[in-house]
Amino acid sequence: MTKDNHLTDHYLHSLNRNIILIIIIVSIIPLLLVSITIYGQFRASYHEKVYDHLRELVQSHSQNIDNYLQEKLSDIRFLTDSCGWENLADEPFLQERLAVLQKDFGQDFVDIGVVTALGEQIAYAGPFKLGKADYSNAEWFRKSIQSEYFISDVFLGLRGLPHFIIAVRNNLGNGHWILRATIDFVAFTTLVENIRLGQTGFAFILNKEGKLQTTPMARPTMGSIDSKTLYEEFYAKSHVFPGKIRITTKSYNSQDKNIYIAAPIKNGDWLFVYQQRMADAFADLRKTFMMTTALMFVGVIGIIIMAFTLSKMIIGRVAKADSEKQMMSKKVVETGKLASVGELAAGIAHEINNPVAIMVEEAGWMGDLLEEEEFEKSENTDEFERAIAQIKTQGKRCKEITHKLLSFARKTDTTVEDVNINELLEELVALASQRAKYGMVEIETDFQQNLPSLRASISELQQVVFNLINNAIDAMGHDGGTLTISSHQRGNDLTIVVSDTGEGIPEANLDRIFDPFFTTKPVGKGTGLGLSICYGIIEKMGGKLEVSSTVGTGTTFSISLPFQTDSDRQPEVIENPELMKK
Amino acid sequence: MNTTSAMSTPLVMLVDDEVGFVETMTKRLKKRDLEVITAFSGKEALETLAEHHNVDVVILDVKMPGMDGIETLKKMKVAHPLIEVIMLTAHATVESAIEGMRFGAFDYLMKPCAMEELMGKVHEATRKKRNHDEKIQEAHIKEILAKRGF
Repeated sequence: MTKDNHLTDHYLHSLNRNIILIIIIVSIIPLLLVSITIYGQFRASYHEKVYDHLRELVQSHSQNIDNYLQEKLSDIRFLTDSCGWENLADEPFLQERLAVLQKDFGQDFVDIGVVTALGEQIAYAGPFKLGKADYSNAEWFRKSIQSEYFISDVFLGLRGLPHFIIAVRNNLGNGHWILRATIDFVAFTTLVENIRLGQTGFAFILNKEGKLQTTPMARPTMGSIDSKTLYEEFYAKSHVFPGKIRITTKSYNSQDKNIYIAAPIKNGDWLFVYQQRMADAFADLRKTFMMTTALMFVGVIGIIIMAFTLSKMIIGRVAKADSEKQMMSKKVVETGKLASVGELAAGIAHEINNPVAIMVEEAGWMGDLLEEEEFEKSENTDEFERAIAQIKTQGKRCKEITHKLLSFARKTDTTVEDVNINELLEELVALASQRAKYGMVEIETDFQQNLPSLRASISELQQVVFNLINNAIDAMGHDGGTLTISSHQRGNDLTIVVSDTGEGIPEANLDRIFDPFFTTKPVGKGTGLGLSICYGIIEKMGGKLEVSSTVGTGTTFSISLPFQTDSDRQPEVIENPELMKK
Repeated sequence: MNTTSAMSTPLVMLVDDEVGFVETMTKRLKKRDLEVITAFSGKEALETLAEHHNVDVVILDVKMPGMDGIETLKKMKVAHPLIEVIMLTAHATVESAIEGMRFGAFDYLMKPCAMEELMGKVHEATRKKRNHDEKIQEAHIKEILAKRGF
């Protein structure tokens, strides 16, 4: 608020900004908190679900691989137990057994061979020419001869192709012999390669040196870390889960991470690893996040639009209320001004009437004395009489002025009754016609027929309209003109319009025209109270008195009065004592 | 009914705190063949009236310092019910003057008033008062005569 008690643009802008900010903050913060909380909970649940799923996947596949290896080992063991050294050392027999194995288990078994304790292969069945091969220096042989069975890592060997060996040690007298079988690398790799999830999920097997034991669909990526380090990482840092499943995440570049889930197989010699990009594993979560964000964005935009719209509406109403308040304040000031002037007028009227009464009485006394014989012959008697008459006349004028002042101060309160407006106007036109005739003024009337009657005080209405008519005739001076009086119904209001074709009122005076004591008439011709009184009367009736004027064209006074008005007004004290007497 | 000319001179009491007004008005009324006594306050008026029982009409200003016109009127009417009172008022006290009529004032006039109007009311009030006096006197006489057996 300013000192002027009305809202400035700056204040409204500031209010607008504050309302927008408050709406946005109050709406968006809970939205963000709720969204973030829900998303956080969802994300945690989703992570748990994905990891659980991947763990189960890795666990089941690692068991499958272990089962596969155990199965192959059992086959070879069964072969040695059922056929014995003598038969297996016979190459045709061995080839026959290989054919049976291949018939029963497909191409999983590539070849088989019988190796002595010295590492010499004495019988061989398979597609390669490895008969009589010497494995005494082969690593797999050294390890095989020391345990009952052995499954090697993948290696190239004499044939120059990746493969691995299942070897079973058997006793022959005090010595040993070994039945070894080569497992088809492609068949084994297929077991692992078939594990595919999403866009980037795949599996592979590492040995203790971190070397790949299968051909993965893509190189395992750990950024600068190689697969050996990865193997070590699992044992060093990854979380340990029931079932020996290990899990870790590693950045492979600055933007994304890989998930690694690993399970030991082949009694811990190998590590079955499943790798998937996090973005891929959590693609649905990302989709949900994007959708939530989009919805939240739309919500935020909606809130912002609503804040602006709401604020605009509130500011509009505040501005309107302020404007109405200003108008009310203006009216209150106006009313207060009129009231204080009224009180002052009442005091002045009383104080003036007493000295005026004395002056008039003194003049009367002088008049009485002049009637004495001694003055009859005086040459100035006529002049004295004229002067005394003048004093009386001016005394009467003072009385009239004070009477008007008092009318203004106390308003004329009279009985409310049904008034036929057109009849009232016609009477007033008839009253004014003589005066109009002398002023060269032509009176035109335009009365709407069948107007409803109005609940009002006849004498007050007469006073107002007659005052306007007289002012209009005065305004047209000696040159004359046209006075138009009309009555119309506009909605629930009755409108009486009094227009003249006089000089018009300058704009500077229009604002002051209803102020008490404001007059443009020559001194002694007007008190400046007539229009103030009219204004007060019409306001009291719940109506409006408005003026519009164009200099050089004329002035129009318009009275608007509601038809249902003051129905409960009670007859009050009649100001004019003469009426009371009657 | 008696005419003005047939009446003996009315005795008027003029009550107003405005000395100038009282003095001039007294002279003017006397010039019109009225007997006039004066008072400058309500209290003084009541005291004077106690001494002059034959006052016909009181011309009483409404607004006076101390006891105002209305209060004076009330007391006056209690002490002298038959006396007629014409209230005299400036405009501002018209309502008080009307209130005065409720308490038995004969009429009221506004300052400054025309002498002819005032004279008319004084004579009218005097006639009314004297009519009442006569009727009461007649009633008394009839009562006395009745007691004596006439």
